[in-house]
Formats: sequence, structure tokens, C-alpha cells
Amino acid sequence: MSFSWAKPYEPKTALGRWFDERLPLPRLAYGAVGGGYPVPRNLNYFWNFGVLAGVFLTIQIVTGIVLAMHYYATVDGAFNSVNQLIMRDVNAGWLLRYAHMNGASFFFIVTYIHIFRGLFYGSYKAPRELVWMLGLVIYLLMMATAFMGYVLPWGQMSYWGAQVITGFFSAFPLIGEPLRVWLLGGYAPDQAALTRFFSLHYLLPFVIAGVVILHIWALHIPGSSNPTGVDVKDEKDTLPFHPFYTAKDGWFAAAFLLIYCAVTFFAPNYLGHPDNYIPANPLATPAHIVPEWYFWPFYAILRSCTFNLFWIDAKLWGVLAMFGSILLLFFLPWLDKSPVRSGSYRPVFKRFFWILVVDVVILGYVGGAPLVWWRTALGQVASAYYFLHFLVILPIVSALETPLPLPSSISESVLHGEAEEAAPAGQTKRRGGSVATAIAE
Amino acid sequence: MRFILGFIGAVFALAMTCSLFSGLSTYFSSPPTPLASDEFHREPKALHLASDGPFGNFKNQAQLQRGFQVYSEVCSACHSLKLVSFRDLKGIGYNDAEIKKIASDWKVQAPSINPETGEAATRKPLPSDTIPSPFANEVAARAANNNALPPDLSLITKAREGGAAYVYSLLTGFTKQEGYKNEKGEELLKKFPDAKTPPNLHFNPYFANLNIAMPPPLTTNGQVTYADGTPATVDQMAKDVSAFLAWSAEPNLASRNAAGWPVVLFLLIASILGYLAYQNIWHEAKRKVRVTGALDPQNQAKSRSAKAKQGIAG
Repeated sequence: MSFSWAKPYEPKTALGRWFDERLPLPRLAYGAVGGGYPVPRNLNYFWNFGVLAGVFLTIQIVTGIVLAMHYYATVDGAFNSVNQLIMRDVNAGWLLRYAHMNGASFFFIVTYIHIFRGLFYGSYKAPRELVWMLGLVIYLLMMATAFMGYVLPWGQMSYWGAQVITGFFSAFPLIGEPLRVWLLGGYAPDQAALTRFFSLHYLLPFVIAGVVILHIWALHIPGSSNPTGVDVKDEKDTLPFHPFYTAKDGWFAAAFLLIYCAVTFFAPNYLGHPDNYIPANPLATPAHIVPEWYFWPFYAILRSCTFNLFWIDAKLWGVLAMFGSILLLFFLPWLDKSPVRSGSYRPVFKRFFWILVVDVVILGYVGGAPLVWWRTALGQVASAYYFLHFLVILPIVSALETPLPLPSSISESVLHGEAEEAAPAGQTKRRGGSVATAIAE
Repeated sequence: MRFILGFIGAVFALAMTCSLFSGLSTYFSSPPTPLASDEFHREPKALHLASDGPFGNFKNQAQLQRGFQVYSEVCSACHSLKLVSFRDLKGIGYNDAEIKKIASDWKVQAPSINPETGEAATRKPLPSDTIPSPFANEVAARAANNNALPPDLSLITKAREGGAAYVYSLLTGFTKQEGYKNEKGEELLKKFPDAKTPPNLHFNPYFANLNIAMPPPLTTNGQVTYADGTPATVDQMAKDVSAFLAWSAEPNLASRNAAGWPVVLFLLIASILGYLAYQNIWHEAKRKVRVTGALDPQNQAKSRSAKAKQGIAG
């Protein structure tokens, strides 16, 4: 799309030409994920997770639509429709349900790796700010969808999770409580809440799919980033998406699905919580209310605020900190002013990046485990660091750091000049030869 | 804008720091009192069943049928098994005639209506019915059990941390509270004299708060008489019923595992073939994705600065 050497779509048959003149859909696909999309040749395996996220979105939508055919969105019927009808009586219903349940977890695993890839390689920097921000919108929509999906089986954790999370809104002064009641359609999660959660849980994945299209569209304007962070200069620096990256994504997707299937078939409840196999009971609070693992870091930040500072009480601090911890990522392109994108060439940034990774893992651990004094303290230190990292350390580091010298081009960083020596003259005219020809020239 | 954001970051960090110090000072000025349930609770004992692990199955049908016998003769007096239908018992090896007999002999009748008058009535359960519950509703269940509610057992091994091993440990874990010691050798009532089990509750260190409303259900050897001649010790009965409840919670476990292996094997072969295809396609592109060793930009910079220091050219 963006580079002058991108191969235009050429229909090979009369039918293809006829179709292309009337509806250039194959042309669109060719330019987006076919031979017409030039991609930097030096992408490493962290660049596979965007495609994988698309794979998991598809798995979730397909399994979800079939599950919805068997699910009853009523407070009396929901638990049994999942645990009796779907798990026992529907043909392969257990497979659909476990694939959907673990699909959500793996969708988040993939998305987290994708996000941290972006954080390390500076994928949020110009000219890809909108790609990053649309990605964050997708992530927020995923969180809303996952939360509402977890409520649907109407188990104990479903119910109490809904109670806690909608309770966030009541932290806001004046409008908070009416807002919460309005959102839930009642004073506590009940039939009204369950029905609207089901409706939204069905709607939002399609909204996600829509934003994914915008995300990819915005990405294809400048093209993919790459591990050196150096801009693409000429044809030597790129390879067509198909067949090179379809092949790389293809085998890696199969390998990753292997892990997903192993968990889905052999330990389907490993990532879940036993309490959700107890039917929802508004009169019995579980001993430890915890959300699903992918929310643990944010849950830790929420629980870290226990002190009424200034005129804001602890609960509101917690809610503000939790929402703030995600919203601050929207400002990242302007917080990190370093002209160098890739963390590989930023020795100081790199160290802080890994501290952040450890910090988020600690937050996840603290958020998922029962509260003990030292764990709370650890969570508070980690939460404070999280904010300092993005809002204080990152701007300072980006202003003061001296980056390492960058390679002058992507092809130089990858080929180190040996391609010119190694490519015999006869090879330059071969089929996949856009590379070889370019080098020979 | 960066100054505003930096200020916001500092304010959040301050809120966390204040929370940290107030939390720590509360902890050290008035340390939380230790709880008996934290120090004397026990993790489930080890239990090995045929249904464990990725090769798990329900081939040990004699044990599952013995477990069903324990459920129907002992547990079903108080606990329902609402999600299981009689016809499901095919999964533990009963045939149609046996299932029909089990259903019609069941000691609780299935709710129905009188076809003449439309009034509530009962009838003999059919194989297509779910197993009828011992109590008509929660109020009746509580009224008969000192206000405690016996949980439904259909999903119990999935609904408790520890699964079937927890059920087995709980059933065999009833013990006298006097003189009970934990793994460290501390005696419960010496350390926590107030933790004495209240009347109508029963001491069981495998239960989260140590005192459970359920009286010991399996008390004497030979409480049930096994048709296959297996000696019905308390331990054996507890094991059998735990195995049965692992089946009732996940009757599709065996087919799930059996389906998992071909799927994983297929994906393994697909990824190997895909990898080879990928190598083949990239062969011409001179793929060298990761820069390491002497070519690592950081190492290059280091050697450059070292050379500069030594005054070596190049």
C-alpha cells in the first residue's frame, strides 16, 4: 500500500478481471495480506502475535456464536444451561465451552505479548500513534467483553465479580451510585444485568472486529515497524507478506495452537477458579473474590489504595488508579520523546523496560493471591513504580539517554553485506528474486 | 503536557506510598491476630485415580459403580446430584435394563402432576429424569440439617480447590479435636483455646475453617456391602465415592482426553511441516533475524569504545 515497489494486483483469469472491475475485494486482500504488502524483512517472532490475536478473535466469535445457541440468559437457567445442557448434553458442547473459556485466556496471553512487543520496540511512536491507540481501544473492548462473558455462567465468581466491578462506579461522588444502578438495571446484579451483559457480550466482539480493521488499516499506511526501528528505505528492506510472512505466521500459529489445545483438552479448568462451579448465591460471599488472571495486575492496583489522601477517599483513589493505569498508555507516544524506536539501541530504556515487566508480573501475582500484609505492601510499591515508570522515568530517560548507533538500513542490519558475496550472478533472475535482483543492482 | 502527566504520576505514587506507610504502621502497631484456620488447616491428601492427568479415563468402572453405590446408600440422604440423569449412568458401565431398575427403585420420587386434576404429584423416576433431590427445596434442606445446606454434589470436584483429593480427604479427615496437632507439632487447643468446635459442628482439619456442619458420613467399615466383594473400609468407600464424583463433575473427561491426543499430534505434525515450508520459502531471503554475538549492535559499540580507549584504529 505504502511503498512504491508494492506489487499491484494482477488478475490472472478473465473471471478475476471481471470481478476486480466490479468489486476489487481480491485486490484489497492482496494489498493487505498478500503479495502486495511489503513487510520489513527482519521481523522477529514477537511480530507473529498480531496475526495470532486475529486467530483467537475468530476462535472466540465462532465458538461463541454456537454456544449462544444453547445458552439461557436467565438467572435460573444460566448455570444449568452451561453446566448441564452444554457440558453434558449438547454434542461436543464441552469442547465448545472449554475452547471458548480457554480461548479468552489465550487471547489475552497473545495480546499481552503483542502489547509488550510494542512497548519494547517503540511501535507507538510516530507515525504509528493511531495504530497504538486503536490497539488500546481493542484492548479495552476485550476487557469489557471478557468481564461480561465471565458473568454469563452465573456462578459464584460471575456474580461477585459483577458486584465488585460494577461497584467501581459507585466510588464516584454524587453520580456514582445512580450510575451503578442504571448500568445494572437494579440495586444488585440480577436478571436485568444478566440479560444486558449477554446482549453486549454478543455485540462487542463485532465492534472489536471493526476496530481491528481500523487498526490494520492505520498500520498499513506506514507499514509494519521492525526490530531495529529504522525506517524502510528501499525494496531491499522488505519482503512481500505472502509467501514470506504467511509461511512464518502459519507455522507459528500451528505451534501456538498446540499449546492452546493441550490446555483446552488436558487442563481446561487450570486457568479458571473453582468457585465458578458453585451457582451464584447473593447471600454467600466467597472467601476470596478474584477476577480472571488477565485482570490481576489491575486488581492489585485497585486494592493498593487504602489511604484517604486529600479530599479523595481510598476507594475512589483505587478506581482512578486502575482506570488511569490503562488510560496513561494512550499518552505514551508523547511521554517517550526519544527519536530511537527500538529498545535494542536504548541501553537505559531497556533496563527500565525489563523492570516494568517484572513489576507487572509482581502486580499480577499480588492481584491473584489472598491479601496478607507483606503482599499488600509489595503491591503498593509495585503500583507506585508502575505510575512512576510511565509518567516520570520514561520521559526523563528519553530526554537524557544516549542511544547506540543505529544501522543505516534494515538490510544492512540483517544481511551484514554477505548477501552480495553469496549471491551468484545466475540467481538474481529467479522467481522470488525481488530481493536478489535488488541486491544485484 | 509531559509536566502535567508527570505530576499526575507523582500524585498516584504518593497515594500508593501513603497507603503503604499507613498499612505498615497499622500492621506493626496492632498486628492482626493469627487465625486457627490459617495454622491448622491441612492441604488435601494425595489421591490417585484412573481419571487423573492427560491419559485419564473412566475404565475403572467397578470403582465408579461402587462409588455410585456409596452415593446412593449414604450421601444421597442429604446431597442432591441435580445435573446427572439416570441415563448418564451408562458412562460408568450400567446397561439400559439396570438403569431402568435403578431409576424406578430410587427412594425419592420424581415431581410430577396428577394427569386428572393437575395437582402436584410424584411418580417413579424414568431413565431420562435427573436424579431426584432428597429435599424439595432449600428451606426443607436447611430445616432438616441444623440450618446448614448440603451442597449439590454434581460438580463438587470441580467446585473445590483440590478436586477429588479434597473430597476424599474431607471424608476421611474427621478426627477428635482434643490433642489434634498440625504438621509443626503444635497442639490446636493449647495454642487457640477459643477455637473449640461449637456444638452441632464437627472438627475436620481439611475443611477451610476447621469446623464443618456435616457429621462424619462414613463411620464404620462395611457400612455398604459391595456386590463385587471389595472390603468396604472407610478409606475404600471414600476413595470410591470421590472417583464417582470426579466422573459426575466431568462425564466427558475420557472422550475429552481421547480427542486431545489426535488434535495435539495433528498440530505437532502441522507445525513441523509448516516450519519446513517456512525454511524453504525463506531460504532465498537470507534470513538472519536476530543479531547476536559479534554483530550485536551493543557489542559492536562496546568494542568500538574499547578500541578507541586503546587507541587502535578501526
